[in-house]
Amino acid sequence: MAKTLSEKVWDAHVVAQGEGDTPDLLYVDLHLIHEVTSPQAFDGLRAAGRKVRRPDLTVATEDHNVPTLNIDKPIADPISRAQVEALRTNCDEFGVPRYSLGHAEQGIVHVVGPQTGLTQPGMTIVCGDSHTSTHGAFGALAFGIGTSEVEHVLATQTLPLKKFKTMAVTVNNQLPAGVTAKDLILTIIAKIGTGGGQGYVLEYRGEAVRNLSMEGRMTMCNMSIEGGARAGMIAPDETTFAYIQGKDRAPKGKDWDEAVAYWRTLPTDADAKFDHEVILDASTLSPFVTWGTNPGQGVPLSAVVPDPADFSDPVERTAAERALVYMDLTPGTKLKDIFVDTVFLGSCTNGRIEDLRAAASIIEGNKLANNLKMIVVPGSARVRLQAESEGLDKVFVAAGAEWRNAGCSMCLGMNPDKLSSGERAASTSNRNFEGRQGPGGRTHLVSPQVAAATALLGHLAEPKDLGM
Amino acid sequence: MEAFKTHTGIGAPLRRSNVDTDQIIPAEYLKRITRHGYEDGLFKAWRDDESFVMNHPIYKNATVLVAGAEFGTGSSREHAVWALMDYGFKVVISPRFADIFRGNSGKGGLLTAQVSDEVTEQLWAYLEQSPGAEITVDLPTQTITAGAISASFEIDPYVKWRLVEGLDDIGITMQQLEQITSFEHSRAAWRPKTLS
Ligand code: SF4
Repeated sequence: MAKTLSEKVWDAHVVAQGEGDTPDLLYVDLHLIHEVTSPQAFDGLRAAGRKVRRPDLTVATEDHNVPTLNIDKPIADPISRAQVEALRTNCDEFGVPRYSLGHAEQGIVHVVGPQTGLTQPGMTIVCGDSHTSTHGAFGALAFGIGTSEVEHVLATQTLPLKKFKTMAVTVNNQLPAGVTAKDLILTIIAKIGTGGGQGYVLEYRGEAVRNLSMEGRMTMCNMSIEGGARAGMIAPDETTFAYIQGKDRAPKGKDWDEAVAYWRTLPTDADAKFDHEVILDASTLSPFVTWGTNPGQGVPLSAVVPDPADFSDPVERTAAERALVYMDLTPGTKLKDIFVDTVFLGSCTNGRIEDLRAAASIIEGNKLANNLKMIVVPGSARVRLQAESEGLDKVFVAAGAEWRNAGCSMCLGMNPDKLSSGERAASTSNRNFEGRQGPGGRTHLVSPQVAAATALLGHLAEPKDLGM
Repeated sequence: MEAFKTHTGIGAPLRRSNVDTDQIIPAEYLKRITRHGYEDGLFKAWRDDESFVMNHPIYKNATVLVAGAEFGTGSSREHAVWALMDYGFKVVISPRFADIFRGNSGKGGLLTAQVSDEVTEQLWAYLEQSPGAEITVDLPTQTITAGAISASFEIDPYVKWRLVEGLDDIGITMQQLEQITSFEHSRAAWRPKTLS
């Protein structure tokens, strides 16, 4: 029978087929853990006298809580420190390898998997973090789980799950110059809504997707969750293989050939059926930003803040009214007339080397706008080293930006990097919820290119506005 | 896990859609390493607002939350479920739940009852008219009764079975260890490992 990519990966991991209402028992190839969603799971294991079944398929990193300054000193916040220390003790007790602060591979969990070569096509990958969907860029079935499920995977290396529905998101033609993967995914979310992908695995395909780099693909798959989907996937191709080849944990020699031969069988069969399909024309897209407090509340950067009265759906109208109050915005204001206090470049959506390069190329030789603060946070220690070897840190610092150590940083208000109440940010992260970047903080989600142009001009802007 | 059959308790009307997990419990509470004691973080930002419905003393002992669509979107934090349960909620009623939240709820023992938009509206109207009124949720028959309202709700049949029986997932899977081991024998040797 013809199958989609996600169905092939699913079927290859069924340990026990469920009957009737019983879910399938699915094998997990890679379990990524971090300090926030794992302590209660390890406690559960201890209480039941259970072991970690496959420490060799599990790896931990420290990201959500870690400071991005003074990382050689003990973590100042005692609660954050306790959580990070609990992770270290738990990993050591149960034999799970960990990339702790100071380790070259430490960083945001969804940057670590791909950079080490652990993320490969055709795998099942889980993590107690919703943005696990990022790894789907490689043609892996990757999704976020809760702490009870973390415990379940630690104990059994499996998860009981019902098959997801499939949705094709086909993006025809090419993206215009200056329009990025971030703009594309923000456009898709605005189109399908924050609940549009619910219950589905999205498969992104079409010419515009094929043309994306691996890092662009990761940006897209990362935000599948903002469209309500459990996972996002892109069929592996030569771009994927080239990215993986030579990485530490990539198959080598004969294994490589065997792996690639298998990976080539994964793309969706020509006559396979999706439960649903959405089609977009990439050539009509432009830089996209959010104006509201959920990632679906976005418009092209050239547009104006919408009027809630124009929403026909009463639920959306109320949501828009609330969002505008929180965001302190008036309908009809040009997005490009919105001034920001802070620019955050980083996160598992846009904290990779290409993102830093793209922003640096715009910022190079220029100065940040007056009174504007920009923090640049590489997604991992390795990304940071790479950027420094290319001199990108100097570009940012010369412009007046802060160059930080790796972590989730200002993506969420859980570590010292926070917005103050009333502060407005252009952020390359993935969530603009009320208080997400700090209580009372206001977030506009943007691409790294828009973040960089905004940092120079002080208001939401694209490179074109700088004459680039 | 405690078996869930029928529950009757005070219903709290939360007239909002897209209640994301950051609203249910903010990130700062995620720093804790314990599994209980999250009730003080529930709807934290909103509780500072005096007019917020849950601040009314009548809802102090509420156990059934009636919320708008897309409840529990956002991050996968299971703390959202714990915070609701620690506060005393046994049931959340909504027209649509985010997938991960619904999954987490089933594991924690919080019942997510999915009803139509109309039923949600009826329940809100009823609860707003008679603050402190009770709602009865019967899991085996999948029915909700409140005043003159009687409606059925949807729930995944497997989750229902587990809740009704009070079974925990790891225990169920542990009975399939042989199959897991034999699956592991058939995995390709080149699959990546984190330890070498
Ligand atoms: S960078 Fe943000 S979205 Fe990504 S894992 Fe960290 S907190 Fe979550």
